[in-house]
Amino acid sequence: MNNRKWYAKGIKDGIPIALGYFAVSFALGITAREAGITPLQAGCMSAVMLASAGQFAAINVIAAADTLIQMAITTLVINLRYILMSSAMSQKLDKKMSFIHRLILPCFVTDEIFGIATNVEGRLNPFYNYGAATVAVPGWTIGTILGAAVGSILPERVEMALGVALYGMFLAIIIPGARKNKVLAVLVTVSMVLSFLFSELPVVSEISSSMRIIILTVAISAIAAFLKPIDVETEGAHGD
Amino acid sequence: METNFFIYLLVAAGTLYLIRMLPLSLIRKDITNKYIRSFLFYVPYVTLAVMTFPAILHATGSVWSGLAGFMVGVVLAFFDGNLFRVALGSCVAVFVAELLIK
Repeated sequence: MNNRKWYAKGIKDGIPIALGYFAVSFALGITAREAGITPLQAGCMSAVMLASAGQFAAINVIAAADTLIQMAITTLVINLRYILMSSAMSQKLDKKMSFIHRLILPCFVTDEIFGIATNVEGRLNPFYNYGAATVAVPGWTIGTILGAAVGSILPERVEMALGVALYGMFLAIIIPGARKNKVLAVLVTVSMVLSFLFSELPVVSEISSSMRIIILTVAISAIAAFLKPIDVETEGAHGD
Repeated sequence: METNFFIYLLVAAGTLYLIRMLPLSLIRKDITNKYIRSFLFYVPYVTLAVMTFPAILHATGSVWSGLAGFMVGVVLAFFDGNLFRVALGSCVAVFVAELLIK
């Protein structure tokens, strides 16, 4: 497939992401509005950050008038998982790919775009991500601007229902892999169970959700890699 | 306030960009160590699973409607991996569950 076809495929796969983003970023815009951030500012923030939890945290820092150092630390901690995602994505790229893509691609590493890129068979063409970003970024940005401009207008039930759209998408990314590969099925189940326990049990539930994601991801993936190291064939068979 | 906001934003966006950019630009070779390769292969599945559950239970008005969205999402994703249909199915399940609860 050439770059243009990958770009078109990215747009196609990016449409559901854009719709899900629209719903979530609308809520983000409402939060920004309540923190005294203008629609224009909120829109700029969404366009350059593309990070839901990261932006909610940044809005809190701004609302509390904390220091810039606190802003940097908060952003780092909340978004640490992107180090793991970008590292994983680095292994899907062609070594011969022009270096400039390694500087542009990171602008669009979000949970969802990373998710669909994971599902690409074989090497990842960066134009696939650019295609997805072409629709997802406006969805995210426009939703934020509207949320910040008008506040709550949707019926509560509709807003709530839309709130699970992105989780549905995550399920659509991980469950098909788990269906084909028993190790992944066990891994996904264990991850969810441990994540649940970590959010409920005393002491560990004190850990913030962003730290929980990092700790569990590193620990579970490391144990799985040690117990069930993959061979090249498994990896090749997975991507279809 | 105006200037301040954009300085905050510059710091947040700059930090975020570095987090996303450094691994992609520093790890340019294919990692040959099978344990690290396996680790990176498993990361997406683990991290998305951890992010989805139990967060989905708290994304709606009640744990039960969240659970309905989760179950319907899992079943739909099992039989049909289409992102849009799975996401929509989860939303509809939540909406219906919310109607039934109240």
